[in-house]
Amino acid sequence: MITIMNNSDSEEEPCNERTSLMSAESPPVPSYQDGLQASEAGKFQAHRKRRTRSSHSPNNVADEDVSAAGFPVRESTLDDEEEELTLKYGAKHVIMLFVPVTLCMIVVVATIKSVHFYTEKNGQLIYTPFSEDTPSVGQRLLNSVLNTIIMISVIIVMTLFLVVLYKYRCYKFIHGWLILSSLMLLFLFTYIYLGEVLKTYNVAMDYPTLFLIIWNFGAVGMICIHWKGPLKLQQAYLIMISALMALVFIKYLPEWSAWVILGAVSIYDLMAVLCPKGPLRLLVETAQERNEPIFPALIYSSAMMWTVGMVKPDAAARGPSQQIQDADEDGRENHWSPSHADSHVSEMRGPVPTCPITSFEELKEEERGVKLGLGDFIFYSVLVGKAAATASGDWNTTLACFVAILIGLCLTLLLLAVFKKALPALPISITFGLVFYFSTDNIVRPFMDTLASHQLYI
Amino acid sequence: AFFWLVSLLLSSLIWFIAVKTSDPRDEPLQKGLLIFGVMFSVLLQEAFRFLYYKLLRKAIEGLVALSEDGCSPISIQQMAYVAGVGFGLMSGAFSMINLLADALGPGTVGIHGDSQLYFLTSAFMTMVLIFLHTFWGILFFHGCEHRRWWEITAVVVMHLAVSGSTFCNPLYVGSLVPSYMLMAAAAVWAYLLSGGSAQNLRRFLLCK
Repeated sequence: MITIMNNSDSEEEPCNERTSLMSAESPPVPSYQDGLQASEAGKFQAHRKRRTRSSHSPNNVADEDVSAAGFPVRESTLDDEEEELTLKYGAKHVIMLFVPVTLCMIVVVATIKSVHFYTEKNGQLIYTPFSEDTPSVGQRLLNSVLNTIIMISVIIVMTLFLVVLYKYRCYKFIHGWLILSSLMLLFLFTYIYLGEVLKTYNVAMDYPTLFLIIWNFGAVGMICIHWKGPLKLQQAYLIMISALMALVFIKYLPEWSAWVILGAVSIYDLMAVLCPKGPLRLLVETAQERNEPIFPALIYSSAMMWTVGMVKPDAAARGPSQQIQDADEDGRENHWSPSHADSHVSEMRGPVPTCPITSFEELKEEERGVKLGLGDFIFYSVLVGKAAATASGDWNTTLACFVAILIGLCLTLLLLAVFKKALPALPISITFGLVFYFSTDNIVRPFMDTLASHQLYI
Repeated sequence: AFFWLVSLLLSSLIWFIAVKTSDPRDEPLQKGLLIFGVMFSVLLQEAFRFLYYKLLRKAIEGLVALSEDGCSPISIQQMAYVAGVGFGLMSGAFSMINLLADALGPGTVGIHGDSQLYFLTSAFMTMVLIFLHTFWGILFFHGCEHRRWWEITAVVVMHLAVSGSTFCNPLYVGSLVPSYMLMAAAAVWAYLLSGGSAQNLRRFLLCK
């Protein structure tokens, strides 16, 4: 979402995308902002920032404020057209989001199925201290619920912390936080991932080569995400870090806790975005009041928002806001407690290119993309990855969850087009996904297995 | 695809309940239940196809109302085709994907005395089913559009016939041959309904 906002700490440029968008011929199709899930408030030092937002209206409103003076009349006449355009390009936007979500899920599923490291149980995060190795079902359920409560409260604390920081304009702190998080994600997690993949395929690699690869990957990633870079590359990096984060979650969250957490997080998302006093909503409103880009969170944008005259193609430098926790390297094997950066916050630091002489008429429809928070990517991938990992080795379950999530996303985007305001992206998709996972695993699987063994077709 | 999935879910639910409440050691009963499950599932699939048609109808009306020149950007025939493909792909994926995953691993086909052509025939059967679903989609929607109930019943009967013919497996000639013939018939029918004709075909083939 992020309607192409300036860097929050940069000076407000008189003519930023928003103004140009507003003045454009066609009414700006608001960027979709999914529910802000900012679990930025990191835990301890490392904060899990989760921001999934696709806001639709805030940008619109903000834009209107800015350009209201200039084109008051145009606004009203554009309303009808807006409806049509919204629907016409709605389908396009849906496809634009389907592809990255699908890619992320494919990466996660492929890794889970081939690299066994991510399905081994090697300890738990400190955020989920209760173990699930208890003999009785009731105890296990209780533990998972307690884990969930702890996790959600951490997320809430982080979000509130972030909102407070934002309110008091501690931009430097936030940016530093984000940069540290993305550093950790890009370098450390990639190193681990690469190591495990090489181990699985029994490929030898010497340290200098490894260093070169990781260094290049990480450095280019940092630049792309936080500064400028080709749009496709940025999108690719965001997908990769989402996948990495999802893999970490899949590995370190115990079974039942993971499912309960998924459910709880989608409820939290719903409340945080829609309740009047919800932290995410406060964030959005504060940003609107200040006419600033909504707090840079990790957000995936699917199109450039610049007009033809612009230099920078990337619509938003999504900065992965990941807070890094003190990485306890030694504890890696046993206990990942300290270090986990949750890069959810999408920091949309749009390199707002000197938005200059924006030839408004040149602003093309296609340039208005859709934005989805990276936290959404991560949780979708966690759901599908968990389905792939734990569903008795069954691909049907994975496929069913995948379709369910995509349909949920479709519905959410439809609602977005109807309501035109920030909406949470998680609840519908996660609900569908969970329902389909449990039902397919327990009910459909025996049926299909029996059919296949008799080679019957329905 | 989603609608097919939901229909599958509901039909497996019914079958599951039926199986759980029956005696697992009674072989003929289990077989009977399975047959019942299959038939019921076919009927549910067609019911969901109908529901999907209703939904798309509403969507088209909405699109027409909103569009500038009074016609919707996507025609009902295109939707019929897409619906059919969606159903087919989902059905095919669900039938094949576990097989494919197992095919990667070590093993011998038919080592316990079953047919050695298992994978091959499964592949062909899946393919014919996917095609059939696509054609049925077109026929079904056309029937609903023009209120020709016999077309709809023809689709349902064909589906039941194809599923029923798979009960002959592993006597593959009993299931594959009729299915392919039905597919050819459905293909021709759907082609004619979509406005094709022998002339069009000839022109296309000769690249005029």
